[in-house]
Amino acid sequence: MVVKVGIPSTLLYYTYYPFWKAFFNEIGVQVVTSGKTNKSILDSGVKEALADACVPVKLFFGHVMEIREKVDCLFIPRVVCLNRKTVFCPKFLGLPDMIRYSVNNIPPIIDVRMDTRQGPMSLFRAYLKIGEYLGAGKLTASYAYCKASNILNTYNSLLRKGLNPVEAIDYLENPNGKLFEHHVKTKTNLRFAVLGYPYAIYDSFINVNILDSLRKLGVSVVTAENIHPLLLAVQKNCGLPKRLFWTFSDMALKAAHLIFRQGNVDGVLHLTAFGCGPDSILNKFIEFEAKQHRNIPFMTLMIDEHTGEAGMFTRLEAFVDMVRRRKEMSACPR
Amino acid sequence: MPKVTFPRMGESWRAFKILLEDLGNEVVVPPRPSKRTLDLGVRHSPEFACFPLKILMGTYLEAIEMGADTIVTTGGVGPCRAGEYAMLHHKIIKDLGHDLKMIVFEPPRLYPVNFIKNIYALNKARVSIKGIIDHIKRGWRKLQALDNAEKLSHIIRPRENNSGTTTRVYRKVLDWIDQANTTQQIIEAEASALEALHNVPHEPARPVLKVGIVGEIYVLLEPASNLEIEETLGDLGVEVERSMFLTGWTRDNTWSETTHCLTVKEAAAPYLPELVGGHGRDSIGNTILYAKRGFDGIIQLAPFTCIPEIVARTILPRVSKEYEIPILTFFLDEQTGKTGMTTRLEAFTDLMRRKKNIHAARISLTG
Ligand code: SF4
Ligand code: SF4
Repeated sequence: MVVKVGIPSTLLYYTYYPFWKAFFNEIGVQVVTSGKTNKSILDSGVKEALADACVPVKLFFGHVMEIREKVDCLFIPRVVCLNRKTVFCPKFLGLPDMIRYSVNNIPPIIDVRMDTRQGPMSLFRAYLKIGEYLGAGKLTASYAYCKASNILNTYNSLLRKGLNPVEAIDYLENPNGKLFEHHVKTKTNLRFAVLGYPYAIYDSFINVNILDSLRKLGVSVVTAENIHPLLLAVQKNCGLPKRLFWTFSDMALKAAHLIFRQGNVDGVLHLTAFGCGPDSILNKFIEFEAKQHRNIPFMTLMIDEHTGEAGMFTRLEAFVDMVRRRKEMSACPR
Repeated sequence: MPKVTFPRMGESWRAFKILLEDLGNEVVVPPRPSKRTLDLGVRHSPEFACFPLKILMGTYLEAIEMGADTIVTTGGVGPCRAGEYAMLHHKIIKDLGHDLKMIVFEPPRLYPVNFIKNIYALNKARVSIKGIIDHIKRGWRKLQALDNAEKLSHIIRPRENNSGTTTRVYRKVLDWIDQANTTQQIIEAEASALEALHNVPHEPARPVLKVGIVGEIYVLLEPASNLEIEETLGDLGVEVERSMFLTGWTRDNTWSETTHCLTVKEAAAPYLPELVGGHGRDSIGNTILYAKRGFDGIIQLAPFTCIPEIVARTILPRVSKEYEIPILTFFLDEQTGKTGMTTRLEAFTDLMRRKKNIHAARISLTG
């Protein structure tokens, strides 16, 4: 029987799932995901995780609960650093330990450490180790790694074409599907940047359909994932003495810095999660950016486990209306 | 002349003050955090900023009102938020319209130039390098004296005959140490401070409960942020040992024998092998070491939304079960009230006492 590896569909899922899936399939392992977030996943996460944890980590607990009994092992790598510069939020660093010691009936966890500050080959070696654990030879694992890297490149270029991760993953899974469907379906006349962590922006359940709502309101969306990494990299420290330490926060701040400077969006939204530590700093810095560019309206939206779709839609609608009025006014000056 | 201030953590300001003065700076002593400090800090910090950031924000603003125009503080390289504090504080303070200079000490091993530049900027009196080293040594000695007095107060307080005497004497001896200027004077002041504490009428042989305190460094070291938990516990007849002091971690001989020379890191490794920033890993390691030394309970102090302590807190219940040691966690913020805390501490003390009695009864039955 094939080994089943469980991948919780949240946190790094939105950034690396295509890679992981390709890698595991290539070494002959079946991948099981926990699927889209739903009410019962959220509820069990809220119940299982520490009350003081942030919503995304609670969700992660929920996703783990969802698949723990369906798989032979769980894949929760300890991803520390992948670009030799920034690390992931400390909660990512302790993720495998938190799950192992606080959830009951947990299958074995593959918690290989990934830290590219330890040399250029460290990521590759980490995957060889995973391969070894699952009984794949060095050769098979190397081949799988290369293949997975290619897929990740394809995935990232799809993101830069304007797809969001969910669409891109769908497209990779069945390439004959209809790409860009919604892009032609609705007409949009405003363009917003939505900043925040991939696992908050693209999880339509926890953010109560923000992206769809915006589309319905006639707003097209650009996110940090749609921007070429080089463009982000040249933002350096965004005028601060130091960069933000955390990969996703650093990316979001750089995107904010770039977008406000380019000025080709009509509004900027920052989606922050209740109880998120890094966001308390990130949000303030984005706010300072926004203060310097008052011509582009800015709003912070906080999501938590109780956020309701209706309330969120009302807030979005009001904001969009305001932006639209402003735009019309500046378009026909008297 | 610039007026310098710095973050306040417990009594350490007494040492930083003389150090900065020796280098020729005018010092604005950061005031002890009060209700007003918290209000100011909360008003001008992001909602989910960690508690230390908020208190420091308030402290800085109060020091600025008192005339400070330069802040000396530490940086850091992560992975936790403390390393970004200085940057955020500076931006917020500038945004409020204050012109302020921030001198941030990064870890000298990684940024030697930054270290030298900062020392140079602070060295108004143009003290020689040897002089600077002497001053630092003296400041350090003062810190040690302050820490030693505090440690002893933790031992005497639960055994005192008249409640409140230790605290009174402790406050008094702090001033003695404060007024000592030369190394010789500091040593003498320390000796008489320890003697005065020993002379507090107390019953050395009284059996007391022993509790280890673990958690995030700021709320551990600044009594105003933890609502003087150590005093409260002492008054409840509990001896506390805190896992962290500025001058180093507690290291007495008794434990190296009983714990097989485990370091905190090694002790934590089976549960949390990764440095998660702040003191999350230490909280777990120290809990295990205290358990092995036969402590009756552990109290974890964590700022609200503190990332590393949330990680630690998620894992600690398992440690508690496997080492059979009760653990109580406080997530502290501006809304934490002293009465609520005292009630929880009383209940916790009862629990430990019952557990200890049952244990003792079992030994006398079987033995
Ligand atoms: S970055 Fe924020 S939301 Fe993400 S895991 Fe860390 S604390 Fe939670
Ligand atoms: S250790 Fe906790 S309190 Fe300290 S900076 Fe990190 S999150 Fe804040």
